[in-house]
Amino acid sequence: MNRFNYLFTSTKGLILTAISLVAIETAIFQTLSGPMVEWGIRDLTVKWLGMDLNPAERAGRIIMLYHTIAMAIVAIEVYMMTSVVPMRKHEQKNINLLVTVGYIMAMVFGLAFAYWGHNFAFHGLFLVGQSLVFFSGVLLAIAFNPWKKEYYVTNKDYAHFKSGMDMERMAFFVMAVAMLISAGYGAVTGSFWSNGHETFLAEDLIRDPNKTHLQKAIVGHLHIMVTLVAVSITLVVGRRLEFKGLFHKIAMPFMIVGTMVISGGVWSVVWSPNAHTFIYIGSIGVMFSALMLVIYSWKKLIHDNSIELGYKKPNVFQKIKALVHDPLKFGPTWQMVFMNFTVSGIGIFMAIKLEDIFRVWPAREERITLTGHWHILAAIIATIILMYYADIAGIKGKARKWFGWVMIIGSDIAFASMTIYSMKRLFIPQEVAQQGLMNTTMLLADFGLGALLVTTAILLGWKLFDLFKGDGVWKKEAADPELKTTRTSNPVLNLKKENEFNSEGGEQ
Amino acid sequence: MKKLIYLAFVLVTFASCSTAVIINEETPSVDTGVNPDSWAVIPAGPFYYGMHALPESIDYDYEMMITDVTNLQYSNYLNEALAKETISIVDGNVMGFYPGEPFDNYKHEWEIKAGDYLHMPFTEPGCHVKMLDGKFTVDKGFENHPVVMVTWYGARAYAQFYGYRLPTEKEWAKAARGTDLRAYPWGDEINEHYTNYGSSHNALQRLYGGNISRTIPVGYFNGTTYGDFETIDNRSPYGLYDMGGNVWQWLSDDYSKVHYRYMRGGSFTNYEYNIFVWARNDAGADFYNINIGFRCARDIVKAEPVVEGSEITEEIAE
Repeated sequence: MNRFNYLFTSTKGLILTAISLVAIETAIFQTLSGPMVEWGIRDLTVKWLGMDLNPAERAGRIIMLYHTIAMAIVAIEVYMMTSVVPMRKHEQKNINLLVTVGYIMAMVFGLAFAYWGHNFAFHGLFLVGQSLVFFSGVLLAIAFNPWKKEYYVTNKDYAHFKSGMDMERMAFFVMAVAMLISAGYGAVTGSFWSNGHETFLAEDLIRDPNKTHLQKAIVGHLHIMVTLVAVSITLVVGRRLEFKGLFHKIAMPFMIVGTMVISGGVWSVVWSPNAHTFIYIGSIGVMFSALMLVIYSWKKLIHDNSIELGYKKPNVFQKIKALVHDPLKFGPTWQMVFMNFTVSGIGIFMAIKLEDIFRVWPAREERITLTGHWHILAAIIATIILMYYADIAGIKGKARKWFGWVMIIGSDIAFASMTIYSMKRLFIPQEVAQQGLMNTTMLLADFGLGALLVTTAILLGWKLFDLFKGDGVWKKEAADPELKTTRTSNPVLNLKKENEFNSEGGEQ
Repeated sequence: MKKLIYLAFVLVTFASCSTAVIINEETPSVDTGVNPDSWAVIPAGPFYYGMHALPESIDYDYEMMITDVTNLQYSNYLNEALAKETISIVDGNVMGFYPGEPFDNYKHEWEIKAGDYLHMPFTEPGCHVKMLDGKFTVDKGFENHPVVMVTWYGARAYAQFYGYRLPTEKEWAKAARGTDLRAYPWGDEINEHYTNYGSSHNALQRLYGGNISRTIPVGYFNGTTYGDFETIDNRSPYGLYDMGGNVWQWLSDDYSKVHYRYMRGGSFTNYEYNIFVWARNDAGADFYNINIGFRCARDIVKAEPVVEGSEITEEIAE
């Protein structure tokens, strides 16, 4: 397999390509805002790249930018799912091909349309790209079909229905279908663009009592899409950590029902004043399911690493040491726990204290908290993906520990600082006295994010350097492209057909 | 060595966590040559409203102050109002009566009943209007800076006292943008030579150094060169200064179902997207901050409006 085939057809190569493209996009477009403006970097970027930044189109540009990054993240998750969930090889190939062409088209033409004049042919091609991603999602949902008997569980340690139907597969299926419907919410509303629906950023509408149905649909769309991306990565991480047994059996029904209820709740925002009740109930289901994964994986890490570290009967401190022994295995679930402090916890606190605190503050400050909490959720998902990727890339020894801990500590310092910054008025009501807190939190956030970005750049630099080697790691990855995991079902065993499924070689 | 690095990190962190107030109570005076008692006429007619530039129209002429209300103007008002007993002093706060508002009982709506409400907490740090020997006065050098730390009630009371009013959102937007599609009151560009905003370095700090005032005098950006710092005239098409940056400006609208009070213009703490002529902010009517002020509007009652200089009159005539 040559380098091109590695990068664009193998699971590990496809993930690397998508991460690299997002990294390049982030590196360029982060120079257009925040302190980069006052340092003059924005002007240099705009001049060098010949960008056209019409102020009135800022909201539209940001929406396009979000979509181009989101498509790539969805693609990464699709690659992971088509590798770890048993399906036929041709299904995996077709889905990966469509999502790859789709997200790259959406990224290239979306950015070209938004930042380099408004050639509507580019806008059309951006929509074609997104449509391909959508169509790959349809194929993915079909491939996930949990009613197919060959995918029934053969190992009763995995959550299953009485018939033997695989509950985890059902959770993937429900997530995929919910995501397609949720994408449709955005697409249908987008089709009214300039024809009853105008571009807006959701955070600018938050206090408007007269939102239109189309506006509510978009607010629902963006929330549920991020939520389902989080559900998806939780399921994928669960597979990576070989989630099974009692906790798996408790978690999966909650994940299935939670995903359905939260999605239905969000969709009903358009017409129902009680939508938030369903959203809260659904959230509890999804978060409880994630909690089961955290408990299971931490117990497993303590057990497995204690053996590796030679602890026969580990005490509390040894257990903690065993838990955090491998940051790339510990990190993803720790980030899920940490998310509660910076995203879910903040959301609940805001809901409870909305009228007493947040609605008394200026809208621009409430806006910072709102945009902050979902940026943090998106970034936490990104760190989980990066840790997962570093794990499958086979980083070992000190590099593994450094990468993992910089990811965890850097991101947590940054996200905690941003959370405190966005809610600074809670701690120091008088703005004249907030400067010290602002300086500290900004400094820590910059430090944390900087560490994160530098570490990611080093990882990608290493992978780039490796590509120039004739017999680099890429060659081994190309020869063994699938993600190693135990699988919940074994269609080869069920159907007695070999060379047809992506899961051959996977353990049960 | 590792311990030393750790210790240094902790010390720097704690040092920067200081909650010391950085706004000083004295600043060098700067004469901008702009008279804050001047008004500009905004003629009736169509204009483009909001980010989506929807066609709108105002069918009457009106006037707006060419600058934000200054500390000196507000201080003078407080003294006059105190003498006429339209305001009162309670625990270091200026208070005044407000007749209340209709209540729609909508979700998240709070009720504003008739009663006394906060106008200005003049003993709080950040407020440059002080009371000395029973008279309101202004911190030295801040006389021609925009008044801040004033609630919407306080802004409304000032306007009402002199027979003015706060502008509506639409009045403000037309006064800032004129009849074209510009993004900022002065055009489509923004940098530190146009206004005092989040990405500029405070102009007074450039001139005098140090960590001095965060607001700057009204009408500062009028084409004058201060020291070696050149300013660009930031007047809107109708001759209003500082319609973008320096301080947010309270507006009059009270929409149904909510009782937020809206602001426009952005401030010294905000990035450029808050300076756009369509950018909005809002807060409760009793909220105050070091970056919120106001200016007044009034209906035209005279045949010949009083405007500053012939330039504006000619511009309007055109």
